Amino acid sequence: MNIAIASGKGGTGKTTLSTSLATFLSQTYEPVLVDLDVEEPNTGLLVRGDEVHAQDMFKLVPEWTGNCSLCGQCRDICNFNAVIQTGSSITILSDLCHSCHACSELCRESALPMVQERIGVLKRFRSAQLHRVESILDVGQDQATPLIAQTKDYVSEHFDDHFIKIYDCPPGTACAVVEAVKGADYVILVTEPTPFGLYDLKLAVELIRKMGLEFGVVVNRSGIGNDDVLKYCRDNWIPILAKIPNDRRIAEYHSEGTLISDGLQFLEGHLGAIENYLDLSVVAGAG
Amino acid sequence: MREIVIISGKGGTGKTSVMASFSYLGGKDLVLADCDVDAADLHMLMQPRIETTADYFGGLKARIDSDHCKNCGLCKDVCRFDSISVKEGIHGVDAMVCEGCGYCQRVCPAEAISMHPEHVGDVYISQSRVGSSMVHARLNAGADNSGKLVSQVKSEAKRIAMELDRKMVLIDGSPGIGCPVISSLTGADYVVLVTEPTQAGLHDLERIYELIKSFNIPCGCIVNKFDINIKITRRIKAFMHTKGIEFIAKIPYDEGFTEAMTEGLTILEYDQNGISTILRNSWERIKVLTQG
Ligand code: SF4
Ligand code: SF4
Repeated sequence: MNIAIASGKGGTGKTTLSTSLATFLSQTYEPVLVDLDVEEPNTGLLVRGDEVHAQDMFKLVPEWTGNCSLCGQCRDICNFNAVIQTGSSITILSDLCHSCHACSELCRESALPMVQERIGVLKRFRSAQLHRVESILDVGQDQATPLIAQTKDYVSEHFDDHFIKIYDCPPGTACAVVEAVKGADYVILVTEPTPFGLYDLKLAVELIRKMGLEFGVVVNRSGIGNDDVLKYCRDNWIPILAKIPNDRRIAEYHSEGTLISDGLQFLEGHLGAIENYLDLSVVAGAG
Repeated sequence: MREIVIISGKGGTGKTSVMASFSYLGGKDLVLADCDVDAADLHMLMQPRIETTADYFGGLKARIDSDHCKNCGLCKDVCRFDSISVKEGIHGVDAMVCEGCGYCQRVCPAEAISMHPEHVGDVYISQSRVGSSMVHARLNAGADNSGKLVSQVKSEAKRIAMELDRKMVLIDGSPGIGCPVISSLTGADYVVLVTEPTQAGLHDLERIYELIKSFNIPCGCIVNKFDINIKITRRIKAFMHTKGIEFIAKIPYDEGFTEAMTEGLTILEYDQNGISTILRNSWERIKVLTQG
């Protein structure tokens, strides 16, 4: 079972929900929490665990061997302007490269073999009943999508379908989010009952509907703002899985990173409701 | 003309509320640019009247002409992104996944594949309710290339500032450290970081600072909701001190931000007490810091 936790806008409590849900479920099952917010992975600040594995993550980019006729075809082929030719040399701007392999495989002189370039690091942690995998993008790297895709591959290789997997997705509705929620069995959209929250929720709903995924909403900081989010969900037949009340103490526990140890009781009822809604006991019988 | 970017690293720190307050204080002397194109919320507080709309085209997408396609499957073999699939014997491209590299087009022996820029959003030039010009955008859900859209929004804003001889372009930047924020920072004269005293806020601040440093742009910081965790506020202050980042202000936790937003107002119009004063002083300080 793959559960993606996303939100149209950052700062709505997405990470609070994914970490507390994972911790809560670890009392019964053995879930895997996957941090796909690779630009700013923060789940590790809220759930601790022992590092059991780490590996560098790479993307493939062409490297010029220096040995060719300078026909210029590679420069013409690249749709991302990542190949430039100056005088008698070819330079690859690896930041712009999308690793499509076209220049490399079409080069008649095999002068552009694809080589690995580091883009970040993946780590795997373990605490009692909870697994956690996170990837972090190197500062200066601007493409989160390949790292997200590879992190998901790693997770599916190492944890079979019996595991409940909770994916903390990047905020927003851009291409990185598409990559992160792709293939999810259920998407939980976290929002706030404010005009900003509603506007960004609508964009997220548009995306998730376009992708044809099943989803529901968790309203965080319920009580602030107005009722427009609730009304929107009702009018559009969107299930509300939980309404987590606004409580300054949650913000304080969260700030300290002790929400899970000291403040979980605030959330337990809501997390239980989500568990029941998703009917996890059926899927995770063997977990 | 000076270009000032407000960014936060982490979402939900109140960046857009701070941006709207400065927009209100700067009034018609500013040109506003909403470069947080993935969650473009500034318009809800600035209620811009749209004057011109321009189409925004993202990257290229492949299209297969089924009349010419011989179903040889070569395109599917070369595509590194699994964008091509066969449904009922016909090869087709999933535009949501296609990266637009054009490899398939180059290898298709029947020349059945063509590349087309996809219309993925709009760029608006507007008049905000506080009298300033404002450039903002709407990006379709799931579209890529938001970095390119950020550049387009910024260059429109700069063009308008030149034309109208405005002294400052104020930019609402994107969260994260990836391509849209890199585009937001390119060419900026000053960065205002809006953060909050949480472990995550501090962590993201450190990461975003590394990025700003690589651009060599001077920056200052505002700590919002400072009183939810005084200890971390102190750590943020210490961090800024060692890095030579100006500490502009700290703002207490206040539901007024949300209440004002719900009314479509900036906090300055909503609440005349402490927070307004802090923001007014911050704005004056920023003006001094960025005088060129
Ligand atoms: S692999 Fe593709 S994107 Fe990368 S340089 Fe070659 S043609 Fe350009
Ligand atoms: S343009 Fe590139 S990504 Fe798109 S379908 Fe063709 S080979 Fe695949």
